[in-house]
Amino acid sequence: MKQLIADFKNGLWKENPIIVLVIGMCPTLAVTNTAVNGLAMGLATSFVLISSEIVISLIKKLIPNDVRIPSYILIIATFVTFTDYFLKAFFPDIAASLSLFIPLIVVNCLILGRQEAFASKNPVHRSIADAVGMGLGFTWVLVALSIFRELLGMGSVFGIQLLGSWYQPMIIMILPAGAFISLGILIGVMNVISSREG
Amino acid sequence: MEEFTQILLLFFSTVLVNNFILVQFLGICPFLGVSSQVETSFSMGLAVTFVMTLTAAATWLINTFILEALNLPFLQYVSFIIVIASLVQFVEMFIKKTSPVLYKALGIYLPLITTNCAILGLALQIPLNNYGFIASVVFGFAAGVGFTLAIVLMAGLRENLEFGDVPKALRGVPITLIIAGLMAMAFMGFSGMISG
Repeated sequence: MKQLIADFKNGLWKENPIIVLVIGMCPTLAVTNTAVNGLAMGLATSFVLISSEIVISLIKKLIPNDVRIPSYILIIATFVTFTDYFLKAFFPDIAASLSLFIPLIVVNCLILGRQEAFASKNPVHRSIADAVGMGLGFTWVLVALSIFRELLGMGSVFGIQLLGSWYQPMIIMILPAGAFISLGILIGVMNVISSREG
Repeated sequence: MEEFTQILLLFFSTVLVNNFILVQFLGICPFLGVSSQVETSFSMGLAVTFVMTLTAAATWLINTFILEALNLPFLQYVSFIIVIASLVQFVEMFIKKTSPVLYKALGIYLPLITTNCAILGLALQIPLNNYGFIASVVFGFAAGVGFTLAIVLMAGLRENLEFGDVPKALRGVPITLIIAGLMAMAFMGFSGMISG
């Protein structure tokens, strides 16, 4: 049980996929212009990560070592197709605003990386703990970043107007340039916090 | 003549206005990972351009003659990623045979192109935009040129940054991201160029 909690907590902070490992950057930067998009992207990625880690850790002994990467990608691509069709059917607005970045979950290095580093070596229950932790770690950074950008860029959070009409929105924050700069600042702040803790 | 102008417009708008890295956020991982030296980042750019051009041609053919003809759109992601993976493998073997020097220069970056989201992003944009065959190939080539431009510029800046006095908390990834933000701002200047 202790082991499971350690696996779970690993992704939240110590080995956070975005802040520490710096992987999965494309969706992180592209879809965090509003908090709703950030949350949806985080959950979609987590779903794909959890389901593919379960499947791969179950069948890891059946996959020949030489073709393991293509096999992993096929399993991931199948779950991504599933997610994509699900979002298009039930949440067409979110699917439209995330557009290309849902299919691009296939090549998110975070997902393939966890299969190679964790699911292919560990039993199912530990893989689930790892996937949930990594997924949540990915999601919380996305949500934090998108709240920051949406608040400065549009004066709202989750579509609810928080700042009054006196606030002049900083349009740059919801454009590409703002994405790079705010993530840079966020990682810088996290570095300061970790160095104080250590 | 009109078609030629259109192709030229497509080329420049893909390189500058819709730059894959700085405007569309595709291919950020190599952009941050392989941009510490001008030389390696240029080789990376060349390899990506090569694979992108071939991918654009191959996925257009597959999408038009297999997936659309047989009505199998749900296999798009799976088939595209297989095409890309095998294409990268093929390019790797081809370069190894014909030019060992180039093969050595590219090293580990060649196989990693498979998981570069810029390539899959390119493949997926072609059916979305309804490009013809020639337009697709030009689009693929231009995307690669845009990628090379951004990554080489970034590497040039980072080489100079070695001597700069960066605050400790911002060293490494954070300062790279902030530079990328400033570059993206500069590229926003191109946005009025084509439509106007």
